[in-house]
Amino acid sequence: MNAPAPYPNVTETILGAAERVKAAGECAPRPGRDPVNQPMINNWVEALGDDNPIYVSAEAAKEAGHDGLVAPPAMVQVWTMGGLHGQRTSDDPLGLMMGVLDEAGFTSVVATNCEQTYHRYVRPGEELAVGTRLDDVVGPKQTALGEGWFVTTRNTWYSGDEPVAEMLFRVLKFKPAAPKADTAEVLRPTISVDTALFWEGTAAGELRIQHCPACGTLRHPPGPMCVACGDDKPDYVVASGRGTVFSYVVHHHPKVPGKTLPFVVALVELEEGVRMLGELIAVDPERVTVGLPVSLALTKIDEELTLPCWRPAG
Amino acid sequence: MTAVGTQLPELLIEATPTFVVSTALATRDFQDVHHDRDKAIARGSRDIFVNILTDTGLVQRYVTDWAGPAARVHAISIRLGVPCYAYDTLVFSGSVTEVDGDELTVQVTGRGQLGDHVVGTVRVSGVTA
Repeated sequence: MNAPAPYPNVTETILGAAERVKAAGECAPRPGRDPVNQPMINNWVEALGDDNPIYVSAEAAKEAGHDGLVAPPAMVQVWTMGGLHGQRTSDDPLGLMMGVLDEAGFTSVVATNCEQTYHRYVRPGEELAVGTRLDDVVGPKQTALGEGWFVTTRNTWYSGDEPVAEMLFRVLKFKPAAPKADTAEVLRPTISVDTALFWEGTAAGELRIQHCPACGTLRHPPGPMCVACGDDKPDYVVASGRGTVFSYVVHHHPKVPGKTLPFVVALVELEEGVRMLGELIAVDPERVTVGLPVSLALTKIDEELTLPCWRPAG
Repeated sequence: MTAVGTQLPELLIEATPTFVVSTALATRDFQDVHHDRDKAIARGSRDIFVNILTDTGLVQRYVTDWAGPAARVHAISIRLGVPCYAYDTLVFSGSVTEVDGDELTVQVTGRGQLGDHVVGTVRVSGVTA
């Protein structure tokens, strides 16, 4: 017997587990809670807004060449979902692989592909069961989300012994990536006696607009004296954090410390009336338009600096 | 006879929170990220988001809305892109990419505010469009 390696090789552990789960083949078919039934079909067509009459009218279904009412093919997976308190069976190949990858530190999961093939339409009253086998485990791969493994399973739905539908299902099981750019490197603002109120505000979680108590004028960026009346004892109001894009640029080049290219810089017109610059995040640069409603997204860099950013309102 | 290149009419889906929650529950998907905004944010999402069973359903609906009730759907393959969060709007577009006798292959894209959310193909026959 070989001596255990000083450090277990994670890749070999995962591939070894995958081979064992694959070799076990398809797990025992797991029956759905309920037979294919009309109330759930009705809920589904209502929620999805699907007006196809063959799911709700026996007459329309017959006219379309079916023997009677049929269930939407895309509902096939619904019939065998685990439900609110569902637990995977102990021989479920996907559950087994998820456990192995969790242990190895690949704790996050996202579905990437779903390919369903329908051999025939199923009808209310049929009782479906689903069997699953592990098809493939591929990795480790560097992805936009982080390092991860693609796990592919194949499901077969049976009505009695007859396979009625199949599905290839692929998930990415990954370690969430560290932020792409080192935000500690961001260019830091020069904070003056006039602008301190603004940066103290963002650090405290609010967006402050300088306000003239003498004449009521709001102004940004903050300065020593009111441009309208000359008063030099300003205070501030807290903005709602809502606005619209007044103008913007998409910055492609050159590199900016602490930023991943390209990024969007927007001049945002606040609903209070002043305009403010900031990065527009969580948006495809191609989708930015003048007038786009945005809301404040404060980005904490460290204890001293919180940057005001914007994202599409929602 | 439907030819390769035939465009399907666009379909807009407003992914309101009610839509996200009601479709998740109608597909018996009780994962908290599809109905509990606080949990979704705690897990790093911006908001609750549409589940994959709904995407398959929407792609099917998009094609059968056009293909008519006599159509038979044989296969739906989808690949997921960026998430579709609550308050997003999905715009579905599609075109016929293959014709094999009575059976068509339709390519479908559902695009949201952040980019392509779902891209897929549907094999369908008996199209009366």
